[in-house]
Amino acid sequence: MNGLIYTFLAIGAVFNALGSVALLRFPDVYTRIHGATKCTTFGSIFSILAVAVYGIVQGGGAGGTMAVRAALALMFLLLTNPTGSHALARAAHRSGIKPFRAVVDRLEEAHHASPDGHGSEGAR
Amino acid sequence: MIVALPFAVGGVALLVSILVCMVRLSIGPTAADRAVALDTINTLVVATMMLLGAAFDEVVLLDVALVYALLSYVGTLFIARYLEGGLD
Repeated sequence: MNGLIYTFLAIGAVFNALGSVALLRFPDVYTRIHGATKCTTFGSIFSILAVAVYGIVQGGGAGGTMAVRAALALMFLLLTNPTGSHALARAAHRSGIKPFRAVVDRLEEAHHASPDGHGSEGAR
Repeated sequence: MIVALPFAVGGVALLVSILVCMVRLSIGPTAADRAVALDTINTLVVATMMLLGAAFDEVVLLDVALVYALLSYVGTLFIARYLEGGLD
């Protein structure tokens, strides 16, 4: 059981480090959101799972409450992290930040569709 | 008790990741970059609080991590709402 805890801790540390390096290495805000959010969510899941497994192994009252708290925090992170990064990405796009070397920007086309002819199905 | 030290080591590893994120928080060219760095740091702080709570064998510290997770989510939503011009 200790091996499982060590494995979860190592996976969590490695993926969180990858997520923070992604913040430095990617060229614009959207790719940074992409790298950092997914990597840190995955890494934090495994870090918290290590705490949950530790609580289950420890047993008793304190270990049980530790496992329940860890499961609750896991659920909160799993629900709120993608939502927050979605809100940030939408806010960045609406505040006028262009994707770096974008080939097509379908969201931009949908917002500024021409009134005559094609593309009007995306207009609001 | 025998695995308390690995939890502390994992927590310190996450603190190093937080330091790497703070580089982007300080040099980020736009406000959205800084907001993304802050969001990442919030997630890492929650994970670090959980690991250090397990390292010190204190269940009360895990409650702090729970509350911090919820409050940081609300803070991120407020920053995003301000960036897109919802709050005048």
